Amino acid sequence: MSTVILLTLTGLGLAALYFLVASGLSLVFGLADVLNFAHGLFLGVGAYATWWASGNLPGAGPDGLGFVLAVAFGLAAGVLVAVLVELVLIRPLYSRTIEQVLVTVGLSLAGVALLQATWGADPRPFPRPAWTREVTSVFGANVPNAGLLLIVAAAVVLAALLAFLRWTRYGLIIRAGVENREMVTALGIDVRKAFTLVFAIGGAAAALAGALGGVYFGNVSPGQGGSLLIFAFIVVVIGGMGSVVGSAYAAVAVGLLQQFVNYYGPSGLGDVCVVALLAVVLLLRPQGFAGKVATA
Amino acid sequence: MEPILTVADLSVRIAGLHILQGVSFTVAPTGVTVLLGRNGVGKTTTLRAVVGLTPRNGEARGSVRMDGHDLLDRPTHRLVRAGLGYVPEDRCVFAGLTVAENLRLAERRGTTPAYDRVYSLFPELDRRGRQRAGSLSGGQQQMLSIGRVLLNDNRLLLVDEPTKGLAPKVVTEVAEVLERVAESVPVLLVEQNLAVVRRLAAAAVVLAAGRVAWTGAADVLLREAELTRSLLGVGSGDGGQHGAPTAAGVRKDES
Repeated sequence: MSTVILLTLTGLGLAALYFLVASGLSLVFGLADVLNFAHGLFLGVGAYATWWASGNLPGAGPDGLGFVLAVAFGLAAGVLVAVLVELVLIRPLYSRTIEQVLVTVGLSLAGVALLQATWGADPRPFPRPAWTREVTSVFGANVPNAGLLLIVAAAVVLAALLAFLRWTRYGLIIRAGVENREMVTALGIDVRKAFTLVFAIGGAAAALAGALGGVYFGNVSPGQGGSLLIFAFIVVVIGGMGSVVGSAYAAVAVGLLQQFVNYYGPSGLGDVCVVALLAVVLLLRPQGFAGKVATA
Repeated sequence: MEPILTVADLSVRIAGLHILQGVSFTVAPTGVTVLLGRNGVGKTTTLRAVVGLTPRNGEARGSVRMDGHDLLDRPTHRLVRAGLGYVPEDRCVFAGLTVAENLRLAERRGTTPAYDRVYSLFPELDRRGRQRAGSLSGGQQQMLSIGRVLLNDNRLLLVDEPTKGLAPKVVTEVAEVLERVAESVPVLLVEQNLAVVRRLAAAAVVLAAGRVAWTGAADVLLREAELTRSLLGVGSGDGGQHGAPTAAGVRKDES
């Protein structure tokens, strides 16, 4: 029983990581029709900026408020890079899908190469609070605190995103834009501002995933964003393009499936099952769990 | 009187197809000017070009002027804020949003939204504020689509086939509303229902194969059965045929 609880909670931890990456990716695709292969770069920037800040930024450190400050710095870096990418590289290429894919794939590769050139290809130990290395007993299962931290963070981000989409003017514009972007402009709204905003939100969520992923894995490496991005794309497709809630459901499904199958089956079979789940959803419900809506 | 809108030599190519070929006409500063023609002649393309919605794989050339300012190449949201209201074909309400949210989306910073005006024209929208727009009937969606635009003051309204697919009773209601709206703001209307045209329109522009085939007073066009038949493929007293304007649906004494 304790094994099932442990697998469930570690699977939810993995799901939380996927959700943090996928939520922004989904909103960006749903609203702006941009397939952003550079989204993993935002994660890498967030992770490395947090890692750098904890050792170099005055007041920041691996524990307590110092760690919160380091993570905040990582988030700010992720947002800055995401906004710059949207304004400089993506904005001139809206409605030019092939060029967008080429640019974002190129940027992703260049970003990883830049991180490697600056800090090396080897994983770097990630400074993290001591309590995140400990475990908490849940119904007899010793669950890593880092996984629980990810679950709590993802739940807070999900609640904040839903509140933003439900209660704010820009949330309303994003929900409408996911349905019919052209009609939003025909109501006198400059939808490009909303594009920049969803990139900023996506950049923040991915950077948070980078920082907390560093805590979870205990290290940070240049290619981490790329490998997580593959599963995040699968989550976005399964959940439904543009749906935050759909991404949350899909992330849970993917995380749990991966964790349980990898434990009870041969190593790596969990990844195969996730791809099989993607194929089944595409065949039976191509619009994903939630279809193209920005809320539930 | 100076026209509110002057379209001169407007040509639109979309995906290599020459949809509009040098279209020129004017819209009077009062009342309803109707844009007529058989299916596929470029009526919707004309409205979309005026409001800056020519698709990215297309190109609009020529001149479209409102109040002396050229509209072509200006972004749609700026044109709309400058007073060009657009009610699209097929309503295009946001199905996942409530009625109230659809209306709230049309509010503009720095102006007071005219909810009184909208709710006096469409009391149904006030009652159904919390209902998802996607669950409204076709007529209610059309009311929401028009109401959304009337939340702000407009210099000119572009209305694309507002009675398409609606039941005769609802067609009458929509015609009534447009008649009241046109008392305060000029309207460029695309409409297939000749009974609605007869009730609302003062001037008519007929398109054929991407060109202007006829312009003049609407009652003159509708009075001449042979002219109507040759331009629109239907007599003014006919019941209409597929792909051509219809004469069925609304009469003033019905309302």
